[in-house]
Amino acid sequence: MRILERFGEQTIAFLEYLGGIITLIGESIRSLVHAQIRYAETFVQCYELGIGSLLIVLLTSLFTGMVISLESAQQAVQYGIGSLVGGAVTYTSVRELGPMLTAVVVAGRVGSAIAAEIGSMVVTEQIDALRSMGLSPVRFLVVPRLLALAIMLPLLTIFADIISIVGGMWIAQAYAHINPASFISSARQAVGFDDVVKGLLKSFIFACIIAFVGCYQGLSTRGGAAGVGRATTSAVVISIILIFGTNFIMSYFLFGGH
Amino acid sequence: MEPTIYASLEDVTLSFGENVILKKCNLKIVRGAITCIVGLSGAGKSTILRLLDGLIEPSSGHVYVDGHDLCHTPERKLVELRQKTSLAFQFAALLDSLTIGENVGLPLREHTALSDEKIRHIVDDALESVGLRHIYDSLPNELSGGMLKRAGFARAIVTRPELVLYDEPTTGLDPIVTNLITDTIIRLRQKLDGTAVVISHDLHSIFRMADYVAMLFEGAIIAYGPREEIRTSSNPFVQQFLTGNEVGPIPV
Repeated sequence: MRILERFGEQTIAFLEYLGGIITLIGESIRSLVHAQIRYAETFVQCYELGIGSLLIVLLTSLFTGMVISLESAQQAVQYGIGSLVGGAVTYTSVRELGPMLTAVVVAGRVGSAIAAEIGSMVVTEQIDALRSMGLSPVRFLVVPRLLALAIMLPLLTIFADIISIVGGMWIAQAYAHINPASFISSARQAVGFDDVVKGLLKSFIFACIIAFVGCYQGLSTRGGAAGVGRATTSAVVISIILIFGTNFIMSYFLFGGH
Repeated sequence: MEPTIYASLEDVTLSFGENVILKKCNLKIVRGAITCIVGLSGAGKSTILRLLDGLIEPSSGHVYVDGHDLCHTPERKLVELRQKTSLAFQFAALLDSLTIGENVGLPLREHTALSDEKIRHIVDDALESVGLRHIYDSLPNELSGGMLKRAGFARAIVTRPELVLYDEPTTGLDPIVTNLITDTIIRLRQKLDGTAVVISHDLHSIFRMADYVAMLFEGAIIAYGPREEIRTSSNPFVQQFLTGNEVGPIPV
């Protein structure tokens, strides 16, 4: 009986969570459709969430590109296919690792910050104050963060792709003596413009996941400082799981896995 | 002349799971008067303010403000109705990222088409009303508790609402600032020619500003009337609360 009760409780909690997220998405879309956008705040958030994440994204991508190159270059040269390393690095970066790693890094840095900031506003009654003034927390807080992430995450991904390829090219040359011209030529053959666009589409979807999960966790914070801590952790964990899951589904459909 | 009622709670019950906060609670708020609600900590006093502001809905019963039933009212209509009501929060609840001036002017900026110059003028006037004109550009974290509360009052009155709700405005303040806050509430009520509801534990302050006093105990209003009537009430609950006696019908 206890197991059934717990199953029932978990199911209800999951459905409540799902309903809450769907409502948040609906309200955000309504605000966007009615052009109820706080442009100045959106610009500030672009800087805070996007520019603030640039260095960590660049570093992560640089090392990722370098390690892919390191792992593949030696083997490729041994089998006489060193000219394909550029393609391997670029292919992996643009289609998979660039969008996904950037999203994971941003989820850790920005998703947690969004949940903590909004959660603190909940426990200090600032959200109630907004509602009391007749202001929608969704329009006031969620929409600027959603727009900022939807703009900045794809941009960060472009930088991540470039730096990852550059890092890979450097290691390929330094470690396996693969000519940069050969590396670039291989990269251009392996990846088309549509791959870049599909990668950026993934980034856009990941941005929405990070923004909605972070904001929802923040807005549903209960229980003071401990509650803010729980909301922050949950925002990161849930975002990262959803990013990995969504990445698989999108790759399956976008890149012809079916 | 019979006083007119501006807001009321009718048979309001509010519960969260098995935790019952209000039980068939009835309360009348007289137009143009200051009504103070007293009661033990955790009795549900602040909850009454949130009900009157439409921030929460009762499990059953009705909440009326200026003739409108707030229950089961769509959020968009509630936003309109909230223009008539303002809540001054216990810890001010000013937005950290905005200056005091921006905080106070926020409702005007968002709900009116007034020019920046006009808004600045109204905000200055509101800050002047609470004796804080010089802090327009300060951030909330730069102010003392008393100044924060008064800045919160300025934000609450900037749209000239008909009903202002004050949540524990004097809690945690020294006697001098408490007096200043009490005077400010009385002055603002007169300036707006409106209605005020104040939650407080400070009996001295309550009997200085209140026209009516209501006592909340175990989820219901057990005593209500003009302040002198409450001060001299023979109700043993009221007497124990006013004297602070540990012995009496209220369990400690």
